[in-house]
Amino acid sequence: MAQSFRLPEGGVIDRSKSLRFSFDGRSYEGHPGDTLASALLANGVHLVGRSFKYHRPRGIFSAGAEEPNALVQLGEDPRTDPNQRATQVELFDGLTAMPQHCWPSLEFDLNETASLASRFLPSGFYYKTFMWPNWKLFEGPIRHAAGLGRAPRLPDPDRYDKTYAHCDLLVVGGGPAGLAAALAAGRRGARVLLVEQDSTLGGHLLSSPDSEIDGQPAAEWVEAARAELESLPEVRVLTRSTCFAYYDHNFLGVLEKVTDHYAPYSRPQHLPRQRMWKVRAAQVVLASGAIERPPVFRDNDRPGIMLASAASAYLRRWGVKPGGRALVLTNNDSGYRAALDLKNAGVDLAAVIDLRLAAEGPLSAQARDEGIPIRSGHAVTGTQGHLRLRKAFVAPMDGEGRRVFGGGEPIECDLLAVSGGWNPTVHLFCQSKGSLEWDEQLACFRPARSMQRNQAVVGGANGTFALGEALREAHAAGLQAAEAAGFAGSGSERQAPRAGGEGDFLPLREIYLVPSIQPVGQGGKHFVDQQHDVAASDLLLALREGYRSIEHVKRYTTTGMATDQGKTSNVNAIGIVAEHLGKPVPEVGVTTFRPPYTAVTFGAFAGRDVDGLLDPERTTPMHGWHQAQGAAFEDVGQWKRAWYYPRPGEDMHTAVAREVKATRDSLGILDATTLGKIEVRGPDAARFLDLVYTNMFSTLKVGRCRYGLMLKEDGMVFDDGVTSRLAEDRFLMTTTTGGAANVLDWLEEWLQTEWPEMKVYLTSVTEQWATMTISGPKAKALLGEVSDLKLDSETFPHMSFAEGRVAGVKARVFRISFTGEMSFEINVPARYGLAVWETLIRAGAKYAITPYGTEAMHVLRAEKGFIIVGQETDGSVTPLDLGMNWIVSKKKPDFLGRRSLFRPDMQKPDRKQLVGIETEDGREVLPEGAQLVESNGAARPPVPMVGHVTSSYWSPNCGKAIALALVKGGQARMGQRLYAPLADRTVACTITEPVFFDKAGERLHG
Amino acid sequence: MLLIDCPHCGPRSETEFSYGGEAHIARPLDPAALSDAEWADYVFLRDNPKGLIRERWMHAHGCRRWFNVARDTVTYEILTVYPMGAEPPDLPERRYP
Repeated sequence: MAQSFRLPEGGVIDRSKSLRFSFDGRSYEGHPGDTLASALLANGVHLVGRSFKYHRPRGIFSAGAEEPNALVQLGEDPRTDPNQRATQVELFDGLTAMPQHCWPSLEFDLNETASLASRFLPSGFYYKTFMWPNWKLFEGPIRHAAGLGRAPRLPDPDRYDKTYAHCDLLVVGGGPAGLAAALAAGRRGARVLLVEQDSTLGGHLLSSPDSEIDGQPAAEWVEAARAELESLPEVRVLTRSTCFAYYDHNFLGVLEKVTDHYAPYSRPQHLPRQRMWKVRAAQVVLASGAIERPPVFRDNDRPGIMLASAASAYLRRWGVKPGGRALVLTNNDSGYRAALDLKNAGVDLAAVIDLRLAAEGPLSAQARDEGIPIRSGHAVTGTQGHLRLRKAFVAPMDGEGRRVFGGGEPIECDLLAVSGGWNPTVHLFCQSKGSLEWDEQLACFRPARSMQRNQAVVGGANGTFALGEALREAHAAGLQAAEAAGFAGSGSERQAPRAGGEGDFLPLREIYLVPSIQPVGQGGKHFVDQQHDVAASDLLLALREGYRSIEHVKRYTTTGMATDQGKTSNVNAIGIVAEHLGKPVPEVGVTTFRPPYTAVTFGAFAGRDVDGLLDPERTTPMHGWHQAQGAAFEDVGQWKRAWYYPRPGEDMHTAVAREVKATRDSLGILDATTLGKIEVRGPDAARFLDLVYTNMFSTLKVGRCRYGLMLKEDGMVFDDGVTSRLAEDRFLMTTTTGGAANVLDWLEEWLQTEWPEMKVYLTSVTEQWATMTISGPKAKALLGEVSDLKLDSETFPHMSFAEGRVAGVKARVFRISFTGEMSFEINVPARYGLAVWETLIRAGAKYAITPYGTEAMHVLRAEKGFIIVGQETDGSVTPLDLGMNWIVSKKKPDFLGRRSLFRPDMQKPDRKQLVGIETEDGREVLPEGAQLVESNGAARPPVPMVGHVTSSYWSPNCGKAIALALVKGGQARMGQRLYAPLADRTVACTITEPVFFDKAGERLHG
Repeated sequence: MLLIDCPHCGPRSETEFSYGGEAHIARPLDPAALSDAEWADYVFLRDNPKGLIRERWMHAHGCRRWFNVARDTVTYEILTVYPMGAEPPDLPERRYP
């Protein structure tokens, strides 16, 4: 029975080779050139999946990207891909695929009983249960029953690439129109990129190999075009490449499937699996073709029902009989193409059911001449057959096409080829913001007005369905694009390719909802969106419930929202809504088209930017030392900072407590290299700093340091840090680690845009210096031993800096403190960082020098009530809120953000203000972010929130838990009791001053 | 994705730039002299036109210079690019329904 539905000859397949593959655990054979779908059909397999909601048996419906039903799980973990369209999967030897979403098996699916319960699952079901009774009652079973494929469980082992391309002309689509456009422009010497999603060029010509172009059979013309394009040095043809997105200014995304069509064991190792092309094109020609529209009739979803164009494609391109006994349903002339192809292939053709009152058109006439029975003015009123179509019922319609007469005559068939007209593939055009118009004659939406310059839409995508006309249009667009890109003609150019008028499918009868013997929704379903199981009755329900906008109807019913994005369903949904509301189709309008056209692998978006290459990691010169000490690291921006240094047997809490204690008791050392450092230089540097800081810097003496606060113009704290005056015209500004880049941007912005007359130059020197802070009672002693600096408080007072040698290396030393202890920040050129650090560690051994990480640093500063920007502040906190009025200059007439501090809102007494918090228990450390309320839990909700905890630690030096918090009107609440309601208990606490240790600040001075 | 013609580096992709909002909002010379409403207007309020907008961009991953762009917010077409401090070029307003 191998390939018993394969025709003895014909098709673009290599019959000399056989490929083995498996589907649903069974083995089959196919040929190179097959898709998984064509190979399955060659083996007589139509049933390939179960539907999303009702678990109805579903078959192969199309032969391309529009496929709603034939979604399979391809391959095995870790190389498995869900929701792959069998119609686009190229067959390779050893391919394995499984049906999705059926349990326990494809043929017997227990969830199919959901179909019986479908009247309890109307559209908008889950929206309704949000309101009543309770979505949670239904969530479990529905989540179990719904869904499509499954994601791989293991990390993706494949490699993906990204590449950028620039071209004079990007042509999307390698069918006749695309080839004509590419040839016209390519011959002029333009750099052309032609993108085709299929494995081979030709488009629909592959399914009609005997149409003629320039007197040649189409297949030969395509081959000649391919060869010529290949010979043009500036032309590149990408097959297996889908242009999935069209962004502004002719920027397009293309996914190239580089090795997906190889058996996994034979994939060339030097190639990525897929490649993402980011294309910027001077000109774009969209030749994306058209997709056939199925008529919507009752029970139109059984395996064996497929698009007429797909039936033709399987016969002509792949030499596969899609059925044994066929019926055709059409509302236009093009459906007769399938009828003729079926008859020629020897398929038993029962009849053509034509919704039109009279079967007109060249193909209809040809079919009549060949003796094919035609029933015009008839409808298919329903179908039967569980796992495969067995019969269809046919009845005459009234003149309006709204009713049928009689119960319907059963006609035995296992294939029903359907055509309801054609929709231009306008997805990319619409993504680029082009607008559509409804073409009354063609009964389709076609491009009307482009929003992009330098763009053309040609061929089927433009509603130009006649081959000869499409070729002329495309050729002209190709020439125009070349011209616009600067490639003038020579005057002796070739004419557009010539062909006959094939594809003329007029006249067409617009019936969006084919009548049945019972009202819509009874006795069966008229499926509109097969992938999301949306039936016409769901659309009508949405209309009954008052939805009018097509965007709302779409969301309420989820029509067009599945992975196929409604390629075969959207226009039908619009048509049915229009019919029902008695409005013309264009008044209902279209829904928005968004990228991607077809799904794109996450791996392709990521390319090589994964793992260590995802984001740059910045490390300090002492990083290796921290690692050797077993430090735990935390990410601060892109920096890796030592978080704490656990000794054997220590957890984080113990290690941090030890580091904090050791620093206050004797000596700690911190790697502070990551702090942002910006040199501010120039004759106007001091004046500039006066404008960007809240406090005065022009009065700062050379050799002295000052802490500064920066505000945004809204008065909110933006960054802080210590700035030192190195010389009259030279300052060294430090910023927070995470804020360094933003601060540099902020300063640059003002210098360039508002104060360009100021002579100030900014240089980031963060990475040029290694910074280590020694802090604690023994800091001075240690520094004295390893440097030539004079450290007495006269020469080197607090908030000053000196240059000298530390461990033999030229250093800048700043006597500033973020711990409240006497501290020295030693800066040496980065390349000496590790050597100086190691010297300090060796020399400090006698003082039990203890390296401390960022966590201990946080505890030490919190003990002193020093804020951290971004922790105590969140963009809504002013210096006044922080109790830092002392740093806001009263003398300066202006600085950034100053005026905002005088807005009435800033003066309100109930603004959240910084306070200290101590828990009543003393041992209880509150979680950061905990909300604070005034009542102890007995009050009925809603309970007003009066504040939240911003920092919270165990303080070994205070012997109790300490916290900082922002509390409404907090500065006037000292001593007041508040409560922190936590998940399992409520903690009572007291508001205190935000300084817990050494309130007088005496330890700074040793 | 916009293609922005940096006056210093030439046409580059939008990802190289950072956005700076509406252009030609001069910082008041004497903020203290402004009423709360006038100050709020400067700090918070910006036009959101359908059509022509003049806005600031910075070539963050290039020359790091700020400059002005005149753009149509409907078509996203960039009409012209001009340096900081230059008078805004006279462009016809673009009206959309």
